[in-house]
Amino acid sequence: MKQFLGFLVKEFYHIFRDFRTLLILFGMPVAQIMLFGFAITNEVKDVKIAILDESKDNITKEISSKLLSSGYFIAYDNLKSVKDIEPEFRKGMIKEVIIFEPNFSGNLLKLGKANVQLIADASEPNLANMIVGYTSSILMDYQKDLAKSGDIRPSINTDVKMRYNPNLKSVFMFVPGLMAVILLLVSALMTSISITKEKEIGTMEVLLVSPLKPFQIIIGKVIPYLLLAFVNAFVILGLAQFVFGVPIAGNTVLLLLESTLFVITSLSLGIFISTISNSQQTAMMVSLGGLMLPTIILSGYIFPIENMPIPLQIISNIVPARWFITIVKSIMLKGAGFEYIIKETLVLAGMTVFLIALSIKKFKTRLE
Amino acid sequence: MYIVEVKNITKNFKDTVAVDDISFEVGQGELFGLIGPDGAGKTTLFRMLTTLLKPMSGYAKVLGFDIVKDYKKIRKHVGYMPGRFSLYQDLSVEENLKFFATIFGTTIEENYDLIKDIYILLEPFKKRKAGKLSGGMKQKLALCCALIHKPDVLFLDEPTTGVDPVSRNEFWEMLRKLKEQGITILVSTPYMDEASLCDRVALMQKGKTLSIDTPENIISRFKKPLFAISSENQYSLMQNLLAYENRDTIYPFGDFLHYTDKRENVSTDEIMKYIESLNCKKITVKSIKPNIEDCFMALMEEN
Repeated sequence: MKQFLGFLVKEFYHIFRDFRTLLILFGMPVAQIMLFGFAITNEVKDVKIAILDESKDNITKEISSKLLSSGYFIAYDNLKSVKDIEPEFRKGMIKEVIIFEPNFSGNLLKLGKANVQLIADASEPNLANMIVGYTSSILMDYQKDLAKSGDIRPSINTDVKMRYNPNLKSVFMFVPGLMAVILLLVSALMTSISITKEKEIGTMEVLLVSPLKPFQIIIGKVIPYLLLAFVNAFVILGLAQFVFGVPIAGNTVLLLLESTLFVITSLSLGIFISTISNSQQTAMMVSLGGLMLPTIILSGYIFPIENMPIPLQIISNIVPARWFITIVKSIMLKGAGFEYIIKETLVLAGMTVFLIALSIKKFKTRLE
Repeated sequence: MYIVEVKNITKNFKDTVAVDDISFEVGQGELFGLIGPDGAGKTTLFRMLTTLLKPMSGYAKVLGFDIVKDYKKIRKHVGYMPGRFSLYQDLSVEENLKFFATIFGTTIEENYDLIKDIYILLEPFKKRKAGKLSGGMKQKLALCCALIHKPDVLFLDEPTTGVDPVSRNEFWEMLRKLKEQGITILVSTPYMDEASLCDRVALMQKGKTLSIDTPENIISRFKKPLFAISSENQYSLMQNLLAYENRDTIYPFGDFLHYTDKRENVSTDEIMKYIESLNCKKITVKSIKPNIEDCFMALMEEN
């Protein structure tokens, strides 16, 4: 036991003396979540719009105030005439103009039909699409309200409903994927590098010719990274909750337990990689190319699995992060209990057992 | 009982034979040297004896334990210093030593006597990171780490390679002291001049042993008269002597050429006369005693 503790102390020296790696380990989760949370959003918030109201009746005023109080839009300017639209767009000050035709309420109430024109700045097509979509759905809402009060039948009935993320907050969707990527990176990449480093600098030779048992070497390598990964999981969840207000709908303990399972899966992947590579560089290439890319692309983190071609969907089954992301989404966003994620949990556990068995079989007690 | 017993051991790496049918024994308290150029198979042999590699055929025993079957027992009782500096560069001198003491289930204090003479030289730098030590210091630290668990037998793979001559002398002085404490030492080196510092040596070449004996016996078996020759232009002298019909062997050796003749009782004057006939200037010819390297060359020629 003393031997093992001595080994563990040494591992912690390695980690805490390598300042740059440490900075990456703890800086990266924070940087990434901030990046995804603040910068790379695809949600509509405080978009500047202009309203050209040529009717100025009760209904147009009501619609305008509904638009502006939605939180998606803020009024930049109320235009005087159609001629003013072009210059404002050119200046880039507004993203959308809403034009109500003259005698809007009269037409709507008498003819049952009134025209409103939406002009959007489509130099950013995605954003323009979204803004128009949001605006139309607000108009539709109003139309429906009117219909309830009796006189006019709504001709269009659109049902816009976003389950689990009603406001389309993208940070909600990124947190589970981010957890998977960070935990995988810390666990698999760092462990595989740390074991191959001993091979590369020749210390493995000395360690092998010592009474230390192979499993003591492996466990000693794994424990520090298990702890680091756990700290990272806490940091990500904490930031998600307190900075971005992502709720944890389900059981936090269950979430942490599942995260631990995924960390162990990743660690066993890392050990496996280290048994098949002889240099830190190989280990890094295998980890980044063989793990990071599939994890980002095939796990449903960024691209939905349902939209992939069938062969890729099949391949995605062997990516551990795919199962973990499903678990995290279920617990965090849907508040699902353990009974809903048994299948995913079993898949991860199975992968872990398989990888550990393989690693122990491949771990060499000699140099060949 | 022999401390190390090697019997007809052979090791291949794919098509290359690294160690070819080697046998020898090392007794208690002996300082045994494996001497040969790079690629002679010294490291492979050491790795087999330290249980890191399995032999293809033959067997070896260390402290009476079989290197394949009882490898776990051997690992508890041997000290091993690999050819490359194999300590943790980001750990300090003290931390490295402490780590190796701990994994062998001992402490620095317990075996301090054994390493005292060496560690005293390192003590002023004990807080320094191992990666920032000089070559000689690194080697002393590595020796301390290999010794800290009081091994019965010490395997040192090329400990003096890349170390300055002063540190090399110091190092051999340390080995002599360790030997006095009863530790059996196997050491490999490519430097022929270090052979005379061992009790017995095995001269190795291309995986085979050329000769295993005490350095004195190996030298005494060199029967031919040996001459050291130099002149103003060593290169043309060498070319001329290579073409000489009475030449037996000739090798460049520092500032001199070491020369043996086919004729039995040839004198310095006869050789001198021949060289003078070649229009060489500033000629010296002297009769010298052979050293291990001469013996090595001669043995290589025979094989």
